[in-house]
Amino acid sequence: MTATIPVGFVPLIDAGPLIVAVEMGFDRAEGITLDLRRANSWSALRDMVSFGQVTAAQMLSPMPVATALGLGGAGAALAAVAVLSTNGEVVCVSAAMAKRLREAGHDFGFDDAHAAGRALIAAADGPLRIAVPFPFSMHAELLYHWLTALGLPAPSGIDIRTVPPPLMAAALAAGEIDACCVGEPWGSMAVERAVGALLLPGSAIWPGMPEKVLGVRADLADSDPEPLRALIRALWHAGQWLNDPRSRVTACEMLSGRDYLDVPTEVIDRALSGHLTISARGDSRVVPKFVDFGHFAPQQAHAAWIGGRLAARLGLDRGTSQAVARATYRTDLHENALQSIPGYTPEPASFERSFDGQNFTPLPPE
Amino acid sequence: MQRLLKITIVESDPARAALIEESLLRVGQYELNIVDDMTRLNSAIKEINPDIVLIDLDNPSRDALEELTLATAPLERPVALFVDQGDANLTKLAIEAGVSAYVVDGLRADRLKPILDAAVTRFNMFRQMRTELAATKRALEERKVIDRAKGILMKAKGIDEEAAYALLRRAAMDQGRKVGDVAEALVSTAGLLS
Repeated sequence: MTATIPVGFVPLIDAGPLIVAVEMGFDRAEGITLDLRRANSWSALRDMVSFGQVTAAQMLSPMPVATALGLGGAGAALAAVAVLSTNGEVVCVSAAMAKRLREAGHDFGFDDAHAAGRALIAAADGPLRIAVPFPFSMHAELLYHWLTALGLPAPSGIDIRTVPPPLMAAALAAGEIDACCVGEPWGSMAVERAVGALLLPGSAIWPGMPEKVLGVRADLADSDPEPLRALIRALWHAGQWLNDPRSRVTACEMLSGRDYLDVPTEVIDRALSGHLTISARGDSRVVPKFVDFGHFAPQQAHAAWIGGRLAARLGLDRGTSQAVARATYRTDLHENALQSIPGYTPEPASFERSFDGQNFTPLPPE
Repeated sequence: MQRLLKITIVESDPARAALIEESLLRVGQYELNIVDDMTRLNSAIKEINPDIVLIDLDNPSRDALEELTLATAPLERPVALFVDQGDANLTKLAIEAGVSAYVVDGLRADRLKPILDAAVTRFNMFRQMRTELAATKRALEERKVIDRAKGILMKAKGIDEEAAYALLRRAAMDQGRKVGDVAEALVSTAGLLS
């Protein structure tokens, strides 16, 4: 008998590995059946995992860390057992802000975080109002990092607020926000509706940052049962398949299905190919590695970085927070699961530099 | 005399909001507010300063509420997703019913329980209604397609309605498919040929 594993997801490009695992049958190849459940919010997914409605869920990479620090929610401790995607975010500015930026001479080059950030700061009329999908998200972390590195004082100069992605286009159109940082396809959808223009991909701020992880209850991770290992292997195969350019046409078709993202394949193709349409006038830019599904191992250094940033912003003890954060990213479990794949060699942990040259400095092992 | 608990219901559908309101007033006296405009959800909640916020688990705006757990952290009335240490089961039931409750810190469980119980019952009814509505809609659509397919067959083959249905059913059995699926295939193919 195969075990059925209920797994939660939010309809986004980076739910790709979960959708592909089902559609391509990578789950059944590992002797399990994934039962995908769509959710409308990250908090709902977190609670569904905490209270056992689903075994695992796609999560924003800071979510297990935030939960461990007692920020938001009140349920069980969570663990990240795999990285589902890296980068894939876009910064999208309102039509009014795009006009101001263009008038000030910004070229929307889409690859220079210095130029884009300075232009945005210069065009700000009061604190920059930027929407993110969740308070504990890589979107929020990248924005704080990017804009403060360029000299914008936080919190006085930045007003980062949470707006559910389906409401972001309306918020941009109504002038309630100057910009948003969001995962695809929402940035492209704002462009399609002519309410915004894409200013910068997340990969231009800090390439290689984990965007979504597979989250489970920490007690499940501790017991490390075989079905969970099978799930990790199935998703690894799905990520490898998605990273292969030859899979793209098929992948776009699968993701666009009514049970999944329910948006035109052409819009999904933009993110998967990195050929993004950045304005309603049809200007396009090419971003190599806009989103990546191949950095599958959770790195404790990333968790510590997230924990340190949250601690600094919310007034928690930095050292303790980093230690607590590290423990939520289960690299060990991940390796245990993947070892049995024939020919699998662990990827060496590599950390890329931020746009401002800041190096990723993993803490020494405990 | 204790002051009335302030409960805010986040719901953009006025009919649903009214039903929730009614169920709560049946179990006690509360000061109820309804927030229906999701774009000014957080400012409305800050203004009202409720003891309890009830919101549909499926509402995407839940993530915006999550911000309140941060924003109020330095204040004296932090808001959290309700989980009483002694009664995690109640939260579990609530989540299964599709309701999430945000509750200010320090609210006694005995004051909260009747409210959550009433909300859970009401949300379970919503869920049931939604499932029934979806099933009815599907059945109606299927019947419409089968009627059209029967019409096409009657015209094309000069047979009566009963014979047309028998033909559809036989084709479905032969192909191991549902009658509705065969009918849909026939209707869409006929659309191409016409």
